[in-house]
Amino acid sequence: MAILLLADHDNAHLSDQTAKALTAATKIGSDVHILVAGAGARAAAEQAAKLAGASKVLVAEDASLENNLAEPLAALIVSLAGSYDTIVAAATSVGKNVLPRVAALLDVAQVSEIVEVVAPDTFKRPIYAGNAIQTVQSTDAKKVITVRTASFAAASEGGSAAIETVAAAADPGLSTHVGDALSSSDRPELTSAKIIISGGRALGSAEKFKEVILPVADKLGAAVGASRAAVDAGYAPNDWQVGQTGKVVAPQLYIACGISGAIQHLAGMKDSKVIVAINKDEEAPIFQVADYGLVADLFEALPELEKAL
Amino acid sequence: MKILVPVKRVVDYNVKIRVKADGSGVELANVKMSMNPFDEISVEEALRLKEAGKAAEVVVVSIGPAKAEETLRTALAMGADRAVLIETDDAVEPLAVAKILKGVAEAEQPGLIIVGKQAIDDDSNQTGQMLSALLGWAQGTFASKIELGDGSAKVTREVDGGLQTIEIKLPAVVTTDLRLNEPRYASLPNIMKAKKKPLDKKTPGDFGVDTAPRLKVLKTEEPSGRKAGVKVKSVAELVEKLKSEAGVL
Repeated sequence: MAILLLADHDNAHLSDQTAKALTAATKIGSDVHILVAGAGARAAAEQAAKLAGASKVLVAEDASLENNLAEPLAALIVSLAGSYDTIVAAATSVGKNVLPRVAALLDVAQVSEIVEVVAPDTFKRPIYAGNAIQTVQSTDAKKVITVRTASFAAASEGGSAAIETVAAAADPGLSTHVGDALSSSDRPELTSAKIIISGGRALGSAEKFKEVILPVADKLGAAVGASRAAVDAGYAPNDWQVGQTGKVVAPQLYIACGISGAIQHLAGMKDSKVIVAINKDEEAPIFQVADYGLVADLFEALPELEKAL
Repeated sequence: MKILVPVKRVVDYNVKIRVKADGSGVELANVKMSMNPFDEISVEEALRLKEAGKAAEVVVVSIGPAKAEETLRTALAMGADRAVLIETDDAVEPLAVAKILKGVAEAEQPGLIIVGKQAIDDDSNQTGQMLSALLGWAQGTFASKIELGDGSAKVTREVDGGLQTIEIKLPAVVTTDLRLNEPRYASLPNIMKAKKKPLDKKTPGDFGVDTAPRLKVLKTEEPSGRKAGVKVKSVAELVEKLKSEAGVL
């Protein structure tokens, strides 16, 4: 039977997370239908139809679906679920919000944040913030899966899937959208950034953090992260925290500045492709995971780095 | 209004876990255990709502081994009023946890259930959403702010790229994110007092829930490790290596 992939989009644009989740879906089976649920979402549906590997795009448009509210979106997916044996979404804030609701309504277990498809019913997923990898086999007739997109390459363009309209389900009327406050920063967000530069307690103050980290971030077009120690000390806001209790990231390049490398921080960034550590203490554990280590004073090295870029 | 807060006993977040050599799981013997950090945030939020006069009672519930009583006592020491321990030595998957909690909710009739967004052991991030679905209630996940109104709540949610605010009908399930609050530490007198607070014991069977797993764990292994790379001598050398060798600049 076919696979239903929930698209991540803002009605106008399809997120690149969907192209990555599609790669995971096509490893499970060949007949993948992408569901674009929204309002005025035709543009996103047309982008989905171009992805190579999608055999069909379903569009459901209704005011209740405009803002990805969990209850109407879950009701829609459940109404379509009879024709599918696997339901997949990227593990974005939308996928993580709605898919467990779908799984419970279908009375099946969810397999969260898979990083590898071993067989159509068997997957690898990280537990303990990636400090162990579990291989799990689903015994349910229907499978509900979220995908850690950092582990899959994006599907290429070049497809031309047919777009079909499907009806929205009745809105359970439990929630309403009030407003969005999306980061106005020009910097990319942590979880999808290609480059991240993070600061630790060695920065010494919020002012110093801004003074030495941000110019390098601007030069690189990088997102800014922080260790829990830096957040606890008030040098950086909590939503910059990378680690077991913060965000788990896997950029192409991660630059750790003045971060000692506590387990809880390593858990959040050790899947990065290339790790650079800059630290005064040459014994710091961060050097044990860094591809490139520079033993140096941050306050000299970072301005120099900014000039060299 | 009553607030129900589920809490889970997990390996302390500062412990470096070890995978068992035979691939059967993670070593849990003689490892420091604590309350799941997101659940501490949930307990704290419930207590703040009570202290603000918006809730009358905070009931904490845990599903786990007999030792999960310690986790419940911690929540009671923080200030929760009452605890329910649903005792089982089995590993209970999120769907079964949600089914048991549904039973607890039907018995307790809370106006709000505050759940940690995920447990830091299995990292599932499912229980709150599943519970909300089974109860047919609204859900407000990954909350960084909760404002209780009359019959509804405004929840500000941490979403990719920023914040989303939604209004949900009560009763509802809210799951907590890191920025919601900073949990308090229990004082010594409160830890003593917590020993005398009421704690009921039940089993999954009392709620008619079958906890047989739906997922078969075939293997647990160490992630492919990273090796230490090279030390560079200067910023110039670093930039050169990132450009030519790593190809990431």
